[in-house]
Amino acid sequence: MRHLLSTSELSRDAAIDLLDISEDMAAVADRENKKLPTLRGKTVVNLFFEDSTRTRISFEAAAKRLSADVINFSAKGSSVSKGESLKDTAQTLSAMGADAVVIRHGASGAPAVLAASGWIDAGIINAGDGTHEHPTQALLDAFTMRRRLHGAGSRGKGLDGVSVTIVGDIVHSRVARSNVWLLKTLGAEVRLVAPATLLPVAVHTWPVTVDYDLDHALGESAPDVIMMLRIQQERMNQAFFPNPREYSNVWGLSNARWIGLPATTLVMHPGPMNRGLEISSAAADSPQSTILEQVANGVSVRMATLYTVLTGNREVHA
Amino acid sequence: MTARVIMQTPDIHRVLTRIAHEILESNRGADNLVLLGIPTRGVTLARRLAAIFQTIVPGAAIPVGALDVTMYRDDLWQHPTRMSSPTDVPVSIEGSTVILVDDVLYSGRTVRAALDAMTDLGRPQIVRLAVLVDRGHRELPIRADFVGKNLPSAHDERINVRLAELDGEDVVTIDQAVSA
Repeated sequence: MRHLLSTSELSRDAAIDLLDISEDMAAVADRENKKLPTLRGKTVVNLFFEDSTRTRISFEAAAKRLSADVINFSAKGSSVSKGESLKDTAQTLSAMGADAVVIRHGASGAPAVLAASGWIDAGIINAGDGTHEHPTQALLDAFTMRRRLHGAGSRGKGLDGVSVTIVGDIVHSRVARSNVWLLKTLGAEVRLVAPATLLPVAVHTWPVTVDYDLDHALGESAPDVIMMLRIQQERMNQAFFPNPREYSNVWGLSNARWIGLPATTLVMHPGPMNRGLEISSAAADSPQSTILEQVANGVSVRMATLYTVLTGNREVHA
Repeated sequence: MTARVIMQTPDIHRVLTRIAHEILESNRGADNLVLLGIPTRGVTLARRLAAIFQTIVPGAAIPVGALDVTMYRDDLWQHPTRMSSPTDVPVSIEGSTVILVDDVLYSGRTVRAALDAMTDLGRPQIVRLAVLVDRGHRELPIRADFVGKNLPSAHDERINVRLAELDGEDVVTIDQAVSA
């Protein structure tokens, strides 16, 4: 794999291979010595044009566990705020000898531009671009589901027949998009639940079913997994819904809705969460909640991603 | 491509039994032994060795583990990306006598990686190497302590080890690559 830009370009086999390698990476985290020498001498640049502490430190921990050198480049206070273009930034990183660039950018498609540009030879990993994709988040979500559902027998398996309900701000969510494509590839059945204002116009072309009413969706059949998306504070005043309290009442995973779910339904959230808004504290802290596992698994999945992008002979990929 | 059969079930069983006896002899018994197989077929062979030990020394339960070496290889940039396998070492190897088990010994690079991988898990007192087939062409100063069969081969030949647990049959073959 030369780059990881989108989950839509992953074949089922490639996705399962990544999840299987993640299993082996996760086992290293349980050892006393958590470091592997695999990427010694390689340089990974975290190029973050948007703030994201969680994703950046997760990638940083992953790269360091594989013995790569990590350079953190945040756009704030850097040459970018002085007006440097993406091209010049990329060429600068290339000149410094970056082997992989983990990029988060506010513009959808920025990682793809970088990968196709020829400005830099490094492997490009999309760590979230605009409202487009966040592939490693979807991979860690799938990994977390697979582990909970199949345990030690996870290796080689997909998520066939697993019902996943994703609730919240779909239209702005790169997490939702990456999950929809990956979950479909792995055989899961995805349902989206959101106010009509927070669904993309072309949602009917997606491989999903759509519901506007959470109680209706949960009443029809309880899903194996319910994934709550964060309501982004910065979008509160843009008239997507009347006010936070109404959103919470109608589309939040309240105590009452959570108690109504079977004990087997996994509760997921990509974080950071707004307790009491899209998810109640009782649900977030329950045994069904995978929220902290998702964080731990994120490091394993990103180790597998870095390993897959950075190893292998380039000539074969080209 | 013409394949020549080198070993079949009775041959494989016979050499594994001999190796088991040799290990017991050099270790003066079964104490302190840990068998670590290198995935995939090394693990299967290690399990077979453990079963043979039990027939020789009744009550000897020798721990068997799997030691994946993928992340320690020095040739990750020469081939397409390799899949990893699970490492599962059920006991502490600190101070033990580890017998590394693999199917074919060739360049020695896998064993080199295995020694590094093992160092990250603990510090055994002694490490020995047992292989089903030694085909020569070492690129590193590494040799096996217990060898099932020495099989001089040419670089362009392929040695295939198939084991019943994984492949449905026990057979070792050598393929003469037709010069293409």
